[in-house]
Amino acid sequence: MRDVKQLSVSGIKNGTVIDHIPAKNLFKVISILGLEKFDNRITFGTNLESKKLGRKAIIKVAGKTFVDDDVNRIALVAPEAKLNIINNYKVVEKYNVEVPKEIIGIARCVNPKCITNHEQIITRFTVIPGNEIALKCRYCEKITDQEHLNIR
Amino acid sequence: MKSRSLVSINDYTKEEILKILNIAAEFEAKPEPELLNGKVISTLFYEPSTRTRLSFESAVSRLGGRIVGFTDSSSSSVSKGESLKDTIMTVSNYSDLIILRHPLEGSALYASEVSRVPVVNAGDGANQHPTQTLLDLYSILKTQGTLENLNIFLVGDLKYGRTVHSLLMAMSHFNTTFNFISPKELQMPDEYKLYLNELGLKYYEHSDFTEIISRADIIYMTRVQRERFSDPMEYEKVKNIYVLRYAMLENTKANLKILHPLPRVNEIHQDVDKSEKAYYFTQALNGVYTRQAIIASILGLK
Ligand SMILES: [Zn+2]
Repeated sequence: MRDVKQLSVSGIKNGTVIDHIPAKNLFKVISILGLEKFDNRITFGTNLESKKLGRKAIIKVAGKTFVDDDVNRIALVAPEAKLNIINNYKVVEKYNVEVPKEIIGIARCVNPKCITNHEQIITRFTVIPGNEIALKCRYCEKITDQEHLNIR
Repeated sequence: MKSRSLVSINDYTKEEILKILNIAAEFEAKPEPELLNGKVISTLFYEPSTRTRLSFESAVSRLGGRIVGFTDSSSSSVSKGESLKDTIMTVSNYSDLIILRHPLEGSALYASEVSRVPVVNAGDGANQHPTQTLLDLYSILKTQGTLENLNIFLVGDLKYGRTVHSLLMAMSHFNTTFNFISPKELQMPDEYKLYLNELGLKYYEHSDFTEIISRADIIYMTRVQRERFSDPMEYEKVKNIYVLRYAMLENTKANLKILHPLPRVNEIHQDVDKSEKAYYFTQALNGVYTRQAIIASILGLK
């Protein structure tokens, strides 16, 4: 019940709350989800205290639920993110993001000699299973790891 | 294989590899100077690689095909800033097949995605060079009579050498035993060893090969380059270990053949050339038959 109360403070009647975003990646999440192009009311808070993440950010999007495929793309920069679906001020569903099997058009290949860094190509990576994010480029076959991950 | 691009050796199954090698043997036994009559093949070489280009052009010419293209991107529209995509889309209109050599990795796969006609990768940076692998396999098959159950020595730079990686992947279809001989800094990457483990294939790692050379059916030599070493002293220490000399061949198997992707620098001493086990120049000739087979197969003529 406490959860619901906290969330209702922001006054979302229907929509989605994305919680547990690392504070430093808030704007990356906004850009991956394309929120800057939304007309819906969006509120966010950042540099909030979090035991798990140190400092976290939270995004509340009114009147919007995301398709799994869309939202899983933020797993690259916010692997711990949790989604709360709000209906009539109540959390009706909660779930964690999952790292998808393939990442299309978000990340940049770490290899400077990769064709995708020289032509206008939508990048494609397969995600290598494991704890850390590691992406294998469809084109040059090189691995981009978490440390070198660069969101377009 | 008809109408399919060849970007990576992994594009072909074991059966498809064997089919290409069969066709290569047919071309070697019986030239077909009319087969490509009326066909136009583009050779787009964005970086100079005279050896590979001549091999492809010889392959096409000896089958009666025509060649259009460029050999140096500085003298073409590419130097005016045209994208690879635009060049490929345009050239697709002029030819039945495109042979592409490009310094950027992944360029051949990308070209195959935008092209209306099949693309053959003639080397995309440090990534893939599948026609080299197929000619290596043809050379092994021709000299050993089989690809099955051979003991293959890969020598030199096993870390960065794309030819040895592709050869390993291709030979893994044939119950090969591998011996990796390299300096510590240039060892075979773990991903390939894990791959062999998964297949249950045997491999052994050594830093010197004088003791074990008598077991080899094939020795595949590659160049150990100074610039690959973080410590120049380390290079000085090991540089002579990975040089093959005539005297080392004394107790080797009768069927042993020495391969090298060429050009060599000093990793095979010139005194080895007089041995009948030296095969690297014939290997280059085999490239013509193999490339004929690849082109004819993709064009659906074989
Ligand atoms: Zn890449």
